[in-house]
Amino acid sequence: MGRSTVAAAIAAAGARAGRRTLVAELAGRADVAGLLGAEPGHGLDEVMLGRDLYHVSIDRQATLRDYLDHEVPGPLPAGRLTRSRTFALLIDATPGMGELLSIGKVWELAGKRRRRSGARPYDLVVLDGPASGQLMGLLRAPRTFGAIARMGPVARQTKGINRMLTDPAQTGVVLVAAPEQMAVTEAVALASDLRSDGVAVDQVVINRTVASPFSREDEQTLAGAGGEDAALSSARWLDERAGVQRQQMSRLTEDLDDIPQTELPFLFGGIDRQAIEDLATRLGGGEP
Amino acid sequence: MSRLLDQLDDSQVVICTGAGGVGKTTVAAAVAVGLAADGRRVALVTIDPARRLAEALGLDNLGNDPQPVDLTPFERAGLEARGELGAMMLNVKRTFDELVTRLAPDHATADQILANPVYEQISTAVAGSQEYTAMAKLFELHRLASYDVIVLDTPPSRSAVDFLRAPQRLSSFLGGRALNMLVRPTGMAMRMTGLVFAVLRRIMGVAMLDDVTSFFALLGGLLEGFRERAADVEALLVDPSTAFLIVSSPEPQPAREAIYLGDELAKLGLRHRALVINRLHPLDPDGSDPARAAERLRSVLGGELAARVASVHAEFQLMAEREQASIDRLTATLGRSATFGAVDRGADVHDADGLVWLCRELFQTAD
Repeated sequence: MGRSTVAAAIAAAGARAGRRTLVAELAGRADVAGLLGAEPGHGLDEVMLGRDLYHVSIDRQATLRDYLDHEVPGPLPAGRLTRSRTFALLIDATPGMGELLSIGKVWELAGKRRRRSGARPYDLVVLDGPASGQLMGLLRAPRTFGAIARMGPVARQTKGINRMLTDPAQTGVVLVAAPEQMAVTEAVALASDLRSDGVAVDQVVINRTVASPFSREDEQTLAGAGGEDAALSSARWLDERAGVQRQQMSRLTEDLDDIPQTELPFLFGGIDRQAIEDLATRLGGGEP
Repeated sequence: MSRLLDQLDDSQVVICTGAGGVGKTTVAAAVAVGLAADGRRVALVTIDPARRLAEALGLDNLGNDPQPVDLTPFERAGLEARGELGAMMLNVKRTFDELVTRLAPDHATADQILANPVYEQISTAVAGSQEYTAMAKLFELHRLASYDVIVLDTPPSRSAVDFLRAPQRLSSFLGGRALNMLVRPTGMAMRMTGLVFAVLRRIMGVAMLDDVTSFFALLGGLLEGFRERAADVEALLVDPSTAFLIVSSPEPQPAREAIYLGDELAKLGLRHRALVINRLHPLDPDGSDPARAAERLRSVLGGELAARVASVHAEFQLMAEREQASIDRLTATLGRSATFGAVDRGADVHDADGLVWLCRELFQTAD
């Protein structure tokens, strides 16, 4: 919930701190680019969005071509191979291959030595990850394929990817959860899965929080006021929501008490570029 | 006036699709509860790996077949349940194993497949396999005909589309010449495949390539079964008795995904039966001017509290206006006639009381 918004804010904070930052989206999506007010590039183009801020949309087909171009230099052009029906179908029908290619591309983007000559390395790569149910599939793909391959480039590369993912100095997961029953349950379960896989969880962002300006006494007055006034409904809604959120936030605090937590407020007026900058400041990005 | 119940009147399969975080699982559960209340025998299937549904229905451990749901808490919440409800969470590994065992020509082939490392990886570790197996399970349940209607929850949007394409993708691979070329190459194909193989061997290494090809070769033995199965699943999806329900919240991003899903469904020759806009915040027909709201409430609440209520209301209306723009975009693309809304009630919907409430919102209101 709100992952793209938080990813955009983290990236904005990174760029503001003077780190060359890339924000990456999966499956050819461009939600973060939209939030940052930019048009996404084509293929795997790393588009500059601002000072020290870049964006890439990781599309499966382009990633496969990019990978083969590098792995298969010489007489057999990668294009011909990726156009080969057999090959495309094999890649498409083997579950997990898409995940492997995607996380492999993230590894390449985050590497000190870039695959494409002339491409500069980044100081920070922010991945707008998939939903909690699909994240483990993405992160585990290298290990499972590596175990099958045993030897050769895939085995070597998957080992490298896994090393990056399980090194807390290189990779940290930011869990984003709205303070709601199911989101909190998922976040707690995901944190446990990540840790048992040796992936560090750096921070929990509690997103879309609201605060109620009403005291106990006010609540009683509001409850006793009766009537169907829309403004009263709004006030009761906010108060109810804030109450539920407090409960869920304390669940999060208890269950994940050793992970730093940041609260981001719900923005009634919606998310725009200014809102992203404000969120970046709250996430510790300093003043713009 | 159309009701959601009327929209689903002749449905034997209801597939709920939509972005993550819009309450899709909850909506699926509420729809299942509503259909059960209407007197039908309902099976609710979720393939979401998070234990959402289990929690929503107060079940701890769901098997790989629908387990009867005790409707007493729902009746206590005011629902008159005339039918039955069974619920399950898909177990990907077990469903895949069952499918292989059923389709394999003999026990030896089944055992070889079950022991193949690629199969192990496909059936357990990696996302993507849930799509295949969900389809398999849906089809099994439908064929068993123990239920009048099956309500299926799906993973978030983009993969919901993968989910729809899964049977087609697997069958076009298994059923086409591609697999034959790969495992039994001849002539021209041999030359092309030879190149493909040389490259694959170089990248994957001999061990992985062996495992991959022997996996697909073994699966080849199940080809006819898979092909029939895929064709049956496709027929089930396009059958008029299958209803797609797009679930969205009124936030811009889920709304965009809902529109995308509607497009993708149309490309596959499918049509969504209804659009559910979940957790919306109603616009105040009297407008959002804080001064007017404060004036209205001054006598009841006192000036100071009335002013605070009015400023909360102004923010609420800001959100409601923003949502109305999304809703307009949604209904402009996906149609207004079968759009159903459920308001955000502040509290979470995760227990019997909540589901009965949501069920009433969905089944009794009409746009």
